[in-house]
Amino acid sequence: MKRVYVNEKWCLGCHLCEYYCAFANTGMKDMAKALCNLEIRPRIRIEEQDDISFAVSCRHCDEPLCVKSCITGALSRENGVIVIDSDKCVGCFTCILACPYGAISQSETGAIQKCELCAKTNDGIPQCVAGCPNGAIVFEDRG
Amino acid sequence: MPINFIYPEFEIVRDESQCIRCRACERQCANEVHGYDSERNAMESDELKCVNCHRCVLLCPTRALKIIRTDHTFRENANWNEDAIKEIYMQAGSGGVLLSSMGNPKNYPVYWDKILINASQVTNPPIDPLREPMETKTFLGKKPEKIGRSDDGTLKVNTSPQLELELPVMFSAMSYGSISYNAHESMARAAQSLGTYYNTGEGGLHEDFYKYGKNTIVQVASGRFGVYLDYLNAGAAIEIKMGQGAKPGIGGHLPGAKIVGDIAKTRMIPEGSDAISPAPHHDIYSIEDLRQLVYSLKEATQNKKPVIVKVAAVHNIAAIASGIARSGADIIAIDGFRGGTGAAPTRIRDNVGIPIELALASVDTRLRDEGIRSSVSLVAGGSIRNSADVVKAIALGADAVYIATGAMLALGCHLCRNCQSGKCNWGIATQRPDLVKRLNPELGHQRLINLLNAWKHEIKEMMGGMGINSIEALKGNRLMLRGVGLNEKELEILGIMHAGD
Repeated sequence: MKRVYVNEKWCLGCHLCEYYCAFANTGMKDMAKALCNLEIRPRIRIEEQDDISFAVSCRHCDEPLCVKSCITGALSRENGVIVIDSDKCVGCFTCILACPYGAISQSETGAIQKCELCAKTNDGIPQCVAGCPNGAIVFEDRG
Repeated sequence: MPINFIYPEFEIVRDESQCIRCRACERQCANEVHGYDSERNAMESDELKCVNCHRCVLLCPTRALKIIRTDHTFRENANWNEDAIKEIYMQAGSGGVLLSSMGNPKNYPVYWDKILINASQVTNPPIDPLREPMETKTFLGKKPEKIGRSDDGTLKVNTSPQLELELPVMFSAMSYGSISYNAHESMARAAQSLGTYYNTGEGGLHEDFYKYGKNTIVQVASGRFGVYLDYLNAGAAIEIKMGQGAKPGIGGHLPGAKIVGDIAKTRMIPEGSDAISPAPHHDIYSIEDLRQLVYSLKEATQNKKPVIVKVAAVHNIAAIASGIARSGADIIAIDGFRGGTGAAPTRIRDNVGIPIELALASVDTRLRDEGIRSSVSLVAGGSIRNSADVVKAIALGADAVYIATGAMLALGCHLCRNCQSGKCNWGIATQRPDLVKRLNPELGHQRLINLLNAWKHEIKEMMGGMGINSIEALKGNRLMLRGVGLNEKELEILGIMHAGD
């Protein structure tokens, strides 16, 4: 299955992936209109310290601890992609505690949000990958 | 505080309705032009530091930025123009030699743009390169004077070592140090994939790149940095650098601050020491001296590698080239005055040397007249900008061309001409690790391959139009060229007729 991978060697720490992610999830056509004066809540986040930076998003684990921990069945695995049913999420944040990568966060609505590989919003073309200027984020099948 | 006489050259125009405060511009500018004021939630900029490299403009996700030339002006003066006035202010402030980089930007004639290419009509049909074979392969090196046969009638094969090029374009010398590791890797991988060559420049060959040796030309320059037996044997050819088009007659100086880590190791000099390339080779004061070095290098490599001698195009280039051809060199590379550099005194860059078009034509003519043209190949460099320039250069007499500025542009360079600052925002002319990583060779080498493949298609189209199906048949074929707007003397030197003639 194709997943989003990050090569920190080429990550510039420009944070553009966060903005492309936030934009992709607004469903709007114009980036400036969508993100103007908005505190963004991206599903991919840059971790950085000194000279090292890299983007972190959901790994879509084969044995997802978040799905196991979900008390309402809001998180599930569909064709390998861990998806969220926001209507079922009660905002208990157990998944946030369970995720070893810190890839799950709270959305504006109170439900949790996570990377769903742009499957619902951009025909399955992850916008963080499309927007990375240095090819540091890739969408590949590594088995 | 003393008065700063320099007014910013550029203005940064930020469309506030488009800006989403992502701060990518701030994070990406090594010159620290952009800043963020959290109190006002506003971006701000210090235009005095802007070099107009477009990094921020192109990374801005909402295209909120553009850079324009300031319309702040001096009183118009055709003699004391803006640059002349500003340069006085700069020197009056610093007391130093003006430094700049890349090629001569001044308004000298570009002869490529005054030469037109022929095409076949009616009496000699053009060739369609998509349907018929078209050969862009060429060989560089000394060619046999005559065909000889041994007693049993078989051909004597004693061809000197040759470079085999899939297309007549090579990447010219840029040292590791003046440009980054990733820029070198991009060129090395592209050269390998394209079947051509890149050139180490005078900074030695990084140990990681020995594996690209078959597509590498190793350079021996006046500083002799990184030169030792394995280095000489690693490459496909050895180039002796006598001069460079951007700065003929002077040497080079890579400041100690840049001689760190792998660069010091590759150059084989202590970390932090200035890398000074003298203006002359201290062992070369005549053609005979040059001959000694040529043959020393041939001996060191068991006569298996062609030796290139690279010179800047200067006033008596034809006589110089004739001498080089007699020194035993296999290939002469001539670098015109528009050739680039990582740093040169502005006065030298802008005023010394001659155009490559004239130099190339006069050298080719001279070597033909003296009957020694086949004993060397000619490589022309110094601002070959596109495939039409390549075709014109070959028709004027070149066997192949060198490109460097064009290759750097393909990697992201925007000709901001501040290489000497070491803060290249595109990861090319810098050694700062956070900037170097901005050039991902995976993307970079593909862009170089794309560029030269595009040129190859265009070269085939142009050759086909002329009814010519190989580079060999185009070489020195000056009847395929006509000049426009050139005077008698220029046409005479170029050896071409005027359009309509």
